[in-house]
Amino acid sequence: MPTARAWGTDVNDTQLDALVAAADEGVDCDGLQVAESEAGYTFALPEETHEGLDESELRERATENPWFVSNWHYWNERDRPEAETAYLRWLEGADERSVPERYDALADGGIEASWGELAIEIGLGDDGDRTYTLCHEDDADADTAALDVHTDPLEARELVKHDDRGRYRPLKTAPTLPTGWAFLDLDGRALARTVDIVYPATVANWHLEQQGDLDISNWRETMERQTGIYGVVETWDRGEGHEHVDWVAEACCADSQCLKRREWEYDDDTEITVDGGDGAFPCREPCSLVIAAARQWTKLEGEQSKTYEFELTPSEKEQIEDIIDAVADGEADDIREADVYEGANRYRTRFLRAKRFDEEGRLCGVPTDDEES
Amino acid sequence: MQALVIVAHGSHLNPDASTPTYEHADTVRAAGVFDEVRTAFWKEEPSFREVLRTIESEEVYVVPLFISEGYFTEQVIPRELRLDDWDVAEWDSDGTSATHTTLAAGDVEKTVHYCGPVGTHDAMSDVIVRRAETVTDDPDVGPGFGLAVVGHGTERNENSAKAIEYHAERIGEMGRFDEVKALFMDEDPEIDDVTDFFESDDIVVVPLFVADGYHTQEDIPEDMGLTDDYRTGWETPAEVDGHRIWYAGAVGTEALTADVIIERAADAGADVGNAIEEIRRRTRVAGADGASVGD
Repeated sequence: MPTARAWGTDVNDTQLDALVAAADEGVDCDGLQVAESEAGYTFALPEETHEGLDESELRERATENPWFVSNWHYWNERDRPEAETAYLRWLEGADERSVPERYDALADGGIEASWGELAIEIGLGDDGDRTYTLCHEDDADADTAALDVHTDPLEARELVKHDDRGRYRPLKTAPTLPTGWAFLDLDGRALARTVDIVYPATVANWHLEQQGDLDISNWRETMERQTGIYGVVETWDRGEGHEHVDWVAEACCADSQCLKRREWEYDDDTEITVDGGDGAFPCREPCSLVIAAARQWTKLEGEQSKTYEFELTPSEKEQIEDIIDAVADGEADDIREADVYEGANRYRTRFLRAKRFDEEGRLCGVPTDDEES
Repeated sequence: MQALVIVAHGSHLNPDASTPTYEHADTVRAAGVFDEVRTAFWKEEPSFREVLRTIESEEVYVVPLFISEGYFTEQVIPRELRLDDWDVAEWDSDGTSATHTTLAAGDVEKTVHYCGPVGTHDAMSDVIVRRAETVTDDPDVGPGFGLAVVGHGTERNENSAKAIEYHAERIGEMGRFDEVKALFMDEDPEIDDVTDFFESDDIVVVPLFVADGYHTQEDIPEDMGLTDDYRTGWETPAEVDGHRIWYAGAVGTEALTADVIIERAADAGADVGNAIEEIRRRTRVAGADGASVGD
């Protein structure tokens, strides 16, 4: 086992002084215990205990165990919000891995963690401190010289506004995080702040969930709360089942569309039957995009189905299915110009339109409404 | 600790809708008087529903970056922030006079000072004047100029017109411009006929909107005849019916709007030190003497 000194971890005087000062209230952090009594100081680690120490002996023991002391200091030097501490500790697996295991990993290439599409690397700073690096997971192995480097968390606001194709991202947790940038040398506070800008409120909600306190608002209560132009959405629920909400969740909330893990259901007694996703952070209620889309569906779904008759070849029917799949899966733009073997290819689709639409753009010349015929 | 939360509309479609909100937040943040400065949006994230839980401070000043009192300030924002004991009577407002009220939020242990909208604060008159200075690049603009303050109108909310008229009247009383008028998009006096309402050759037009978007960048320029097609742009000033129209775009994009945000929080009891003077100084057009109705 290499020595701590070989890993570049020292206990500095600030940490030592802080430890001595904290002894009288007692220290208990990740296996390090320090206490002060009339019999002197106690310094304990998972496999050793030293009692009746005077201050210089305490300092000596502490200096010999720099990881435990610097680890305690890192988690106690500043007054962090509870959610931030819990998150930063979760990122480095503090509750599962011992201090030596973590320091081994921190010194040997760092600890890697992920949050949505973010790759977070935790490295060892000076005297056992931590430094955090944040980038898109696809850039995790990239040379940072090739990335657009930032250190101010607020710069993330503009970075994540558009995807790699230049399209506006109205949903921050859509799996379309742009690549090509990195935040370097962040401290824990700046890391948490940057994550909160990239994926707002996800850490706060994850922490509430960890504590069993996540305040979930199901579909019904969320729609009943709406007013103004969104007040109409609650009329979509007609007590005739909730299949329409399953379709909404399948359309909007699948992992391919949003990285939050849907925890809301139709109501307290009725679960949504489609998968809520596997994301690390929860979704506690239908978001504003879902509500805005639901308003449109409420209007559209007020229509009754009717029977139309279209003349199509079997391949044309399948082509229409291919086109719907390509648009729904966001793959229409990826189909190559000359790939006429794909139903959703542009030339194939233009041919279908040329053949099957009339001058008014109606499929097979079939009017939408009876009165048009 | 005290936090400032600027709440704004945002957009699912327009990437620039949040830009003024972010910029004002940065200006307030740079003043250094709040421990935390955050933004939240109706259409973007963090949502009104989830912003308070991301804040550490126990004292939170919530300032709506909205133009008038109405549906958003009276219903949507208090409901979504879970200000359960909110009652519009708390503001005791005549439609433009809301200042603040102090409430608890249902999901966090915090004291929430819920402020009136930015658009109805007296200091907004100064921002409109500042906007006129910016668009003319003249810190002393006024003599020989008419000023039109433009708003939506009453179609959805009568307070919307009240706010426009309130500021037009205040600026008129300053005696700085030869003429000051309130004009509207969907009611008389209408912005379409802007040149009919002014004698002055030069008319500065300032829309009382938070962010530039469809209304300020497409509708109003075309309605006034600055251009036939907004996509081709327009001159500033533009010649219309023998008048020169200096069209300013949304007042909310003016840097001094950050001052109104701080003033709202200060009125509600926030400790803002000398940030108000500081922001007025830093956002000023070069050479301005700084005289204003608020002084």
